[in-house]
Amino acid sequence: MARREEARPGYWGDYGGRYVPETLVAPLEELAAAFDKQRRRRAFRSRLDGLLRHYAGRPTPLFEAARLSDQLGGARLWLKREDLLHTGAHKINNALGQALLAESMGKRRLIAETGAGQHGVATATAAALLGQTCTIYMGEEDMRRQHPNVERMRLLGAQVAAVDSGSRTLKDAINEALRDWVTNVRDTHYVLGSVLGPDPYPRMVREFHQVIGHEAKRQLKKQAGRAWPDLAVACVGGGSNAIGLFGAFLDEPRVRLIGVEAGGTGAGLGRHAARFRGATVGVLHGTRTLVLQDREGQIAGTHSVSAGLDYPAIGPEHVRLAEQGRVEYTAVDDDEAIEAFHTLAELEGILPALETAHAVAEAMRHAPRLGPDKVILVNLSGRGDKDLESVLAYDAKRGVVGRPEAG
Amino acid sequence: MSAIDAAFARCRADRRAAFIPYLTAGDPDLETTGRLLEALTRGGADIIELGVPFSDPIADGPVNQRAAARALAAGTSLSGILDLVAGCRERLGVPIVLFTYFNPILARGVESFAEQAAASGVDGVLCVDLPPEEAAGELLPALREVGVASVFLLAPTSTRAREKAVAAASSGFVYYVSRTGVTGTREELPPELLREAKRLRRRLKLPLAVGFGISTPEQVEAVGKVADGVVVGSALVRIVEQRAGDADLVEIVEREASRLSGPLRG
Repeated sequence: MARREEARPGYWGDYGGRYVPETLVAPLEELAAAFDKQRRRRAFRSRLDGLLRHYAGRPTPLFEAARLSDQLGGARLWLKREDLLHTGAHKINNALGQALLAESMGKRRLIAETGAGQHGVATATAAALLGQTCTIYMGEEDMRRQHPNVERMRLLGAQVAAVDSGSRTLKDAINEALRDWVTNVRDTHYVLGSVLGPDPYPRMVREFHQVIGHEAKRQLKKQAGRAWPDLAVACVGGGSNAIGLFGAFLDEPRVRLIGVEAGGTGAGLGRHAARFRGATVGVLHGTRTLVLQDREGQIAGTHSVSAGLDYPAIGPEHVRLAEQGRVEYTAVDDDEAIEAFHTLAELEGILPALETAHAVAEAMRHAPRLGPDKVILVNLSGRGDKDLESVLAYDAKRGVVGRPEAG
Repeated sequence: MSAIDAAFARCRADRRAAFIPYLTAGDPDLETTGRLLEALTRGGADIIELGVPFSDPIADGPVNQRAAARALAAGTSLSGILDLVAGCRERLGVPIVLFTYFNPILARGVESFAEQAAASGVDGVLCVDLPPEEAAGELLPALREVGVASVFLLAPTSTRAREKAVAAASSGFVYYVSRTGVTGTREELPPELLREAKRLRRRLKLPLAVGFGISTPEQVEAVGKVADGVVVGSALVRIVEQRAGDADLVEIVEREASRLSGPLRG
C-alpha cells in the first residue's frame, strides 16, 4: 500500500528539501524546531483549536449537493464547506497556526505572499487578531483581478506591497516575500501559504490543514453512513487544500484521490499551470519538485483564470504521491471551471472560488459515470465573491449574455 | 595549487586582500561580457565572479534582477556562458567563479554541468540557493571529481555549527554575506561586519571573501583590512545598466574597477 514516507523530515523521496540562501538556513532550522515543539504542546494546540472553533468557524459543514447530484444522475456529491470559514477559504487554518507559532517565537512582524488574495486576507486577519504587523506581497496582475481582497487586506491593517517583476503573479510575489524575509528574518516570520517552499513549510502547512479531511471523514460517517468516500477531489495550486483533504484518506486504498490542476487555455508552455502536463524536476522557492520551465532551467510563465492556481511549481509531497500512484492528477481548463462555477451557483446557491470551481468541474465529470450508491467528496476550498469581476469579464468576452435556466 | 589558491597566495604575499568584481554574464550580451571581463582584469581583478542569469533570483536586489532579465532577454544560456569562459579564461589569466542559482545547473544535469564547467576552465562554483546539506549528495562530489572549487556562503545568521559545516564543504574560499539581505549597494557597512569578519577569518583555514552591499572604494578599503577578498557586484552592474549604449562602456567599467580596487593596491 502506498504510504507517505518521510525517513528524513521535509523530504518525500527525491523531492522537498531546503534549497535556500545560507542566511535562511539557521532561521529555518529554528522554525522547524519551534514547530516540532509547539505542535506537541497542549497549550498551543488548545489555543489553536479554540481559535479555529470560536473565531474561524470550525467545524465547517459537510453538505450534500442534492440538486447537482440529481442533475448529474450518478454518484452523490458531498461538499466540505471550507468556503464558510472566516475570511472565505481554508487558508485561515494555516494562517492562524503560523501566526500563533510566530508569536511563540517572539516574531512581531508577519509577511506573506498571495495569489488570489485568500491567503493574504487570512494572514492579515491573523495578524490583526494577534496584534502583529503585516505586509502582504501580491503581483500587480493579481491585484487587478482580485481587487476586493486587496481592499480587505488594507482594511485589516496590512500593507499590500505590489510586485511588478516577472509575470506579476504568485511566483513573483513569493520571490519578493523571500527577499523581504532574507533581509528581516530576525524579527519577521514568513507565513508561506501552501505546501511549498523549504522545509518545514510543506509539512507544517500540511499539518495545519489536516483538520479538513479528519472532520470530513467523521461527518461523512454521521451524515451519509459511510466510513469512506469513493472519490475525493480537490484543486491543486501549491496543493494545501488537497493535502488537507487527502491526509485522512491516504492510508485507505479504497478511496480514489484526484488533484485538479489549472488547464488554462491550452497545452503549450505558458498557457496553463498543469505541472503534471509538461513540468520537469527543478528547484524553485526552496524546494525540489516538478516545475514548469524551459530547457535552460528558466521558470516558465503560467496561465489560469484562477490566480490561486497560477503557479509553475507544485508542493513536493504531491509529486511523490503521484509517483506512488496514490493520488491522480488531472487538469480542468478555464472554460470548464467557469462553467462549473455557474452550475454550482445556480443549482446549489453557492458561488465557489474559481480555484475551487476546478475541483467541482472534475467531480462533475465523474459523477455520471458512477452509481447512485457512490459518494464523491469535494473540498469546497473557498468562496467566489472575490471572483465576481473575473467571471463577469470572462462571460462578457465569450458573449454570454443571459444564461439559460439550469436544472 | 589551484588558480584560486594561487590568486589568494599572491595577494597574501603582497599583504593585501583580493579584489573580486562581479558581473552578470550576458548583460547586455555575451560578446560584450567577454570584453568587460578583460576590462575587469585590467582594472585589478584578482578573481572574477561571473553571474549566471536566472528568472527568479531570490537572493538578488533590483539591480542584479534587472541585469538577469536583460541577459535572459538577450538569449543568454548556461552553455553560452561556458563557451565564453572557454574562449577567454586562458587569455584573462584570472580565476573565474560562477555565481549561480541551482535550477539552471539541475536542468542541464549536475554531472554534465560539472564536466563542462571544468572543461571550459571554470575555477569555482558558488550556488547561492544550495547550502552544503543539499549539495552534499550531488553538486559537491561532482565538482570535486573534476577539480572545480565549491564556494559556500556564511551569513550573519549562521550558527557556529554551520560555520564548521560550511568550512568543511568549501574549497577555494568561503564567502561571507555582509548582512542579512539581498545583493545591492548600501550607504553604510553593517557596524558588526568588521568584528565578525575578523572573528571568522581566525576560525577558517580557507581565505574569507566578503560581499553584498560593498560599493565604494572606502568600503572596499575597510573590508580589505579584515578579509582576504572583497566582492563588488551591483556597483559595477549598475554602470553596465546605465552605460550599455555608450561606445566607451568597456573603458568606463575598467576605470570603475580600477577606482574600486585602488585602495587594495595601496
